[in-house]
Amino acid sequence: MAFELPKLEYAYDALEPHIDARTMEIHYTKHHAAYTNNLNGAIEGTALASQSIEEILGSISKHSVAIRNNGGGFYNHNLFWTVMSPNGGGQPSGELAEAINKAFGSFDAFKEAFNKAAATRFGSGWAWLVKQDDGSLVVTSTANQDNPLMDIADVKGTPILGLDVWEHAYYLHYQNRRPDYIGAFWNVVNWDEVTRRFKV
Amino acid sequence: MSFELPKLPYALDALEPVISKTTMEFHYGKHHQAYVNNLNNLIKGTEFENADLETIVKKSEGGIFNNGAQVWNHTFYFMSFKPNGGGEPKGALAEAINTSFGSFDKFKEEFSAAAATLFGSGWAWLVKKEDGSLAIVKESNAGNPLRNGLTPILTCDVWEHAYYLDKQNLRPKYIEEFFSILDWDVVSARY
Repeated sequence: MAFELPKLEYAYDALEPHIDARTMEIHYTKHHAAYTNNLNGAIEGTALASQSIEEILGSISKHSVAIRNNGGGFYNHNLFWTVMSPNGGGQPSGELAEAINKAFGSFDAFKEAFNKAAATRFGSGWAWLVKQDDGSLVVTSTANQDNPLMDIADVKGTPILGLDVWEHAYYLHYQNRRPDYIGAFWNVVNWDEVTRRFKV
Repeated sequence: MSFELPKLPYALDALEPVISKTTMEFHYGKHHQAYVNNLNNLIKGTEFENADLETIVKKSEGGIFNNGAQVWNHTFYFMSFKPNGGGEPKGALAEAINTSFGSFDKFKEEFSAAAATLFGSGWAWLVKKEDGSLAIVKESNAGNPLRNGLTPILTCDVWEHAYYLDKQNLRPKYIEEFFSILDWDVVSARY
């Protein structure tokens, strides 16, 4: 079964001024759509066509570079759109807040670690908040379209929050000011969705 | 030794419409400048404090390498352009291209494919090997062929910051137009 570009749950301009409408439209309709199409092209007629994206990524060391790059790009953007919302921002509560405090000491210390991971990822890639097998949280970053589900990742686990730091994610609006984009991201984080992913 | 941003031999708007003045302002004025500043800060008190840039590119690692190589790569890139450039090389480089690739068009096709398919941020390079023959290589992020004993002749920056304001996701269009601003006299002299 072919993978499909998921429907966006908000309008292109819904995350303004933090993420501008033009960036959203190009990012979703061009970049994400291309990863989706290229992934489908790469798995067509193979046994992978019947696997879930999580299964494919979990055994990515056995697959082609095209599947790694486009499968990662498909999954990462799927996650990215859902962990943002026009009603986002603030802080998590409940179990997720407790796990963050336990792992980082405080919400602010977590934010600092995540900001640093996002700002210092050289080149293209992603910053992640990851739930490890034992339920604990960790911050990491990956290059290009890799992610923590991949069996080749240095830090493995389930990503519950991700920030795209490819330049295409922010260049039209922030140009070289990646730290400003990272700072603005916190205003649109959808903690309900991040919490849902944490509890799965 | 303190490194400086090199002066450009053309105005910031001189490469329009291929590369806009706005892109040049950010790419040269912000990114290239930041690599220079970062490098100067990072080498203080290290074994590279008095090293030349080529030594830094060949021998350093981590942040010093990333910033040092990006200074080298961007200078090499910006110096390859002139307004109303383009055309084809002549002389020894033209002959070497024909020998290695069959024709100038074949070379262009291979170089363009390398630049288009480099995944993520990086650079496509035309390089001279020790035996004088030419090859095309791809390098991620700050990668530079000097580290592999190869001599860079031409490079195309395919970090998204090089083209995103002007072409957005259309990297192949940027690569195609890149050839129309090349200063083949400068590039040929490197061979």
